[in-house]
Amino acid sequence: MSQTDDARVDEFYERLKEQVEEAGYHLNSDVEFTKALLESILVNEDRYGYGACPCRLASGIKEEDLDIICPCYYRDPDLEEYDACYCGLYVSGDILSGEKQLTAIPERRPAPDERIVRSEDETGTLGLESISNLPLPVWRCGVCGYLCAREGPPEICPICKVGKERFERFI
Amino acid sequence: MPMEHVDGEDKGKIVLFALSTCQWCRKTRLLLEELKVDFSYIYVDLLEGEERSEIIEEVKKYNPQLSFPTLVLDDGDVIVGFNEEGIREALA
Ligand code: SF4
Repeated sequence: MSQTDDARVDEFYERLKEQVEEAGYHLNSDVEFTKALLESILVNEDRYGYGACPCRLASGIKEEDLDIICPCYYRDPDLEEYDACYCGLYVSGDILSGEKQLTAIPERRPAPDERIVRSEDETGTLGLESISNLPLPVWRCGVCGYLCAREGPPEICPICKVGKERFERFI
Repeated sequence: MPMEHVDGEDKGKIVLFALSTCQWCRKTRLLLEELKVDFSYIYVDLLEGEERSEIIEEVKKYNPQLSFPTLVLDDGDVIVGFNEEGIREALA
């Protein structure tokens, strides 16, 4: 890795660490491991145009990979169940404090044949039509679950800072 | 096919399907090197076109979830993910 790449990874690391700590998440404290993952996310950003998960095979088609752009939709359920995200980039407080050990965990993402891909203009309501006389639709952030009632999703999730394309219409 | 080969003790045909960006894949490769076994590995994320589709179909045969690392041993055993104990046992 060249000097400039090193600087880019360091800068990414510092920025992300501050941002996730503020939101109540923790990066893996094994800095070498963590920086290697961040470097790979930057590689994927350059390669595909979006920061796909380093431990999953990206398709190169953003619509198909919205669930695995880091932070992925599986991070929070995995932190809940296994104390770490699939790649080991994010860890729980218990792993951070050394109470638990980081291990590789099973893949939660559905197999290729079982994935549901949303087309861009599809709103993806989750079968909650019965309360459809609400004055505004409710949008859900796929990463952190933040909900908001407004005409469209916000540009950037105010909680976890992911882009609006990661929102789904919830109600 | 751009399989990389690592020389070592012959424990039958061992193939590691991996991603060049994945740390668990890297740990798996380093473990195989540490165990000094003869194996081949391929980075599926670096493949393109037909070659890529062919290898993807092959990986799905062993591991329908198409996750990495997928390690295929000579006896047909498949070890998915960085399962250090499982790999050590299988290759002991
Ligand atoms: S949160 Fe973890 S598992 Fe999810 S995309 Fe990022 S590095 Fe991969």
